[in-house]
Amino acid sequence: MRLFAYMVIALWVLTGLVGSELGLPANEIDLQQILKSPNLSEWAGHDELGRSIGARLALGARTSLFVALLVVTITTVVGTIIGIVAAYFGGWIDLIVSRLMDLFLAFPGILLAIALAAMLGPGLNNLVIALSVVGWVGFARLARAQVLSVKTREHVMAAKALGSGDATIIFQHLLPLIVAPLIIEATFAMAGTIIAEAGLSFLGLGVQAPAASWGGMIRDGTRYMLVAPHMAVMPGLALFAVIISINYLGDRLRDRFDTRQ
Amino acid sequence: MWSFLVRRLASAVLVIVGVVLLVSVLIHLVPGDPVEMMLGETAPAADRESLRRALGLDQPMLTQISKYFLQLVHLDLGESLHSQRAVVDLLAERIPATAQLAVAALLTAVLIAFPLGVVAAAYKDRMLDRFAMTLSTAGISIPNFWLGPILILFFSVQLGWFPVSGKSGLLSLILPAITLGTAMAAILARMIRASLLEVLTEQYVLTARAKGLSQFATLYSHAVPNALLPVLTLVGLQLGALLAGAVITETVFSWPGIGQLTVEAIHRRDYPVVQGCVLLISLTYVVVNTLTDIAYGIIDPRIRLD
Repeated sequence: MRLFAYMVIALWVLTGLVGSELGLPANEIDLQQILKSPNLSEWAGHDELGRSIGARLALGARTSLFVALLVVTITTVVGTIIGIVAAYFGGWIDLIVSRLMDLFLAFPGILLAIALAAMLGPGLNNLVIALSVVGWVGFARLARAQVLSVKTREHVMAAKALGSGDATIIFQHLLPLIVAPLIIEATFAMAGTIIAEAGLSFLGLGVQAPAASWGGMIRDGTRYMLVAPHMAVMPGLALFAVIISINYLGDRLRDRFDTRQ
Repeated sequence: MWSFLVRRLASAVLVIVGVVLLVSVLIHLVPGDPVEMMLGETAPAADRESLRRALGLDQPMLTQISKYFLQLVHLDLGESLHSQRAVVDLLAERIPATAQLAVAALLTAVLIAFPLGVVAAAYKDRMLDRFAMTLSTAGISIPNFWLGPILILFFSVQLGWFPVSGKSGLLSLILPAITLGTAMAAILARMIRASLLEVLTEQYVLTARAKGLSQFATLYSHAVPNALLPVLTLVGLQLGALLAGAVITETVFSWPGIGQLTVEAIHRRDYPVVQGCVLLISLTYVVVNTLTDIAYGIIDPRIRLD
């Protein structure tokens, strides 16, 4: 399982990064090949326009990798800063941040992202905005809780007594202590973002043609379920393999870092 | 007890006000002119103006927000731009289907999660545990918009056991319920396992074993009842995820509920209906969470003192 997970993730990242440089015929329409099942020359078959599904999967890998990296980077940084600032300074800042987090958490799951993407309109940028607006809360909540639990420790008090500035205390004395749970959270957020991107694209709110998303490919595939089931099966397999691999690694990370168990 | 109740309700009211506020200004996120987006650029100016007035977009922001609140108190969410019908009526029509699906999915989740979690805890770190937890990781990782089509492909198309989509009797409920319930089952199974493992280290479990009770009897009469409390809270929390998941699941199965209405409205740019759906789902979530918290506080006094 571990080897499988590493291989899937490596393949996903590599395809996402260099897939477009390989000159794969992802947008080449071949009417002779319409809806053709997987065969020896084309391992994943063809879609309703005769395009190579294998090549489009590579294009989809790029979309999911791009969105996941961007969203997770944005939300980790922004969420962590907000969480640390709220917990460290307390008072009215903490009050406002806490209320704001309560508000965002009142929207279940990806509903707020769906609503935002629906209003902003489809497209890659809006997708990233919608997922980022929703995603920071998890990191803010975690960072806030962690800082609250460590900010009264003796080494922090000592640093304060020695006259260290707030920035020094936050970066040198607080951040290193809370970085492990944040990394674990980021791993799971990665998996969550990939599912969310595909889900929004499935609903028609993600990237638009001719760009490809695994979620959008599944949606297209469901229309041809009776004649060409591979159209929905293939992108789903790719998605499932990547997500389960990331979740598996996340679990391992958690087991390693978690000293409570 | 009373101060706990008042505090919890007050914070719920605050959140509800915030949610309504956010939903009421949602339409301003539409890039450019929302009226133009809805009618298209070629619409006559008179039509645009009348729609603008109908949506209240010609008034100052604060007036719009206060009007939204005022209308909401009278259970008025405006009219659908597509069918000209009251949004509240549209929602009311769709609630039963979604409620059915949610209850069925919840039941499915509990039925799968319970044996899985208990077996995993009882055989911790052995084959069965690892098998159950791998299954759970798979359940968390499988996207419902893929699981749904796969189930249709296998059980409806190949085997012909269930209808492909739509709502027609009990049989048509099974595949959507499994699709929606799987992720929750996977999360619940982990929670039940973790909660049970914690309880199993308690003294009274040791006592039960020491007085000669079998492992099975200890598990069921001493450990499980005590492990269930935190699990119940999670069920409440997960109901929200279930409702959000219903948006996708209902789309996959053409299930005529709130989720399908949401997606239809999104594609028709019927913004008042989108707002109504989002509001309904989030408010349901807030109410369920508040009730769960209060119930938990009544059952377990330690919570109240926080």
